[in-house]
Amino acid sequence: MTTKTITRAQDNTLLSIGFAAMLGFALLFVAGYAQAAILHDAAHDQRHAMAFPCH
Amino acid sequence: MIARLLTSGVLAGAMAGLLAALLQFYFVIPVLLEGELFETGAMVHFADNGSPQSDRTDVGLSGEFGRHALTVGFNMLGYAGFGLLLVALMALAEQRGLADISPRQGLIWGLAGFIAVQLAPAIGLPPELPGTVGAEIGPRQSWWMATIISSAIGLWCLAFVKSPLALIGVAFLLAPHVIGAPHLDAYWGVAPPELAAEFATLSLGAAAAGWTILGFAAAWLWSRGG
Repeated sequence: MTTKTITRAQDNTLLSIGFAAMLGFALLFVAGYAQAAILHDAAHDQRHAMAFPCH
Repeated sequence: MIARLLTSGVLAGAMAGLLAALLQFYFVIPVLLEGELFETGAMVHFADNGSPQSDRTDVGLSGEFGRHALTVGFNMLGYAGFGLLLVALMALAEQRGLADISPRQGLIWGLAGFIAVQLAPAIGLPPELPGTVGAEIGPRQSWWMATIISSAIGLWCLAFVKSPLALIGVAFLLAPHVIGAPHLDAYWGVAPPELAAEFATLSLGAAAAGWTILGFAAAWLWSRGG
C-alpha cells in the first residue's frame, strides 16, 4: 500500500515537472519563436536584445 | 507541487524580465535604435567617397512608449518561459536526489542557464543589430534550439554525472560549434562594426544579469514553497 502511494506521488511529480516545462516552451514559442507578423513586430526589440533569431 | 512549480517559475520570470528590461533600456535599446538608423538608411556608413567615418548619434530611447511597453511585456513573458523550464529542472534534480535547491545554488543555476541559453548560441549566432542580414530563419532557429538543448544536457552531465562519464558533457557543449551555425557566404553589414560589436556584448551583459536574477529568484521562491 505504502509503496503504491509513493510510486503514485513520484509519477505526479514527474507529470507536474513535465507540464511546467511544456508551459515554459509554449511561452518561449510566443515570445521568441513564432513568426506571425504581428507577434514578430511586438516582440521585435526584446527578440533582438535577447538574441533570439529574429528574421 | 504543480502550483508551486508554476508560481515560482512565473513569478521569478516576471521579476527577472522586468529587471532585464530596465537594463536593456539603459544599455541595449539605445544601441539597437541607433542600429535602426543604418537599417533604414537614415544613416549610411561608408557613404561619401568611401570614408569609413560615421558620427555617433545619441538616439536615447526616442520616446516610443507603446513600443517599449511591449518590450517589457515580452521580456517578462520570455523570462517566465525560462523560469518555468529552470524550476522544472531544479525540481527534477531535487527529485532525483542530485541537488538541494537553495537561493545560493540558484545563482549557479542562473549562470548555467545563461551559458546554455544565451552564451552558447551567441558563439555561433552573435546577437544581431537590426538590419543584419542573416541566413534563412528556419535553419538558424533550428541550430539555436538544438544548441540550447545540447548545451543544457552538457552542463547537466558535468554537474550531476558522478563518474568520468561526466566528460561526455564536453562533447555536448562542443558539438553545436563543431557542426557550425548556418551562415551566408557573403558579408552584408550596413552598420559600423563597432556598433554591432557593442550591441552583441551589451545584450549578453544584460542577459547575464537577467539570468542570474532569474536563478536566484526561482530557487528562492521554489525553496520557500517547500
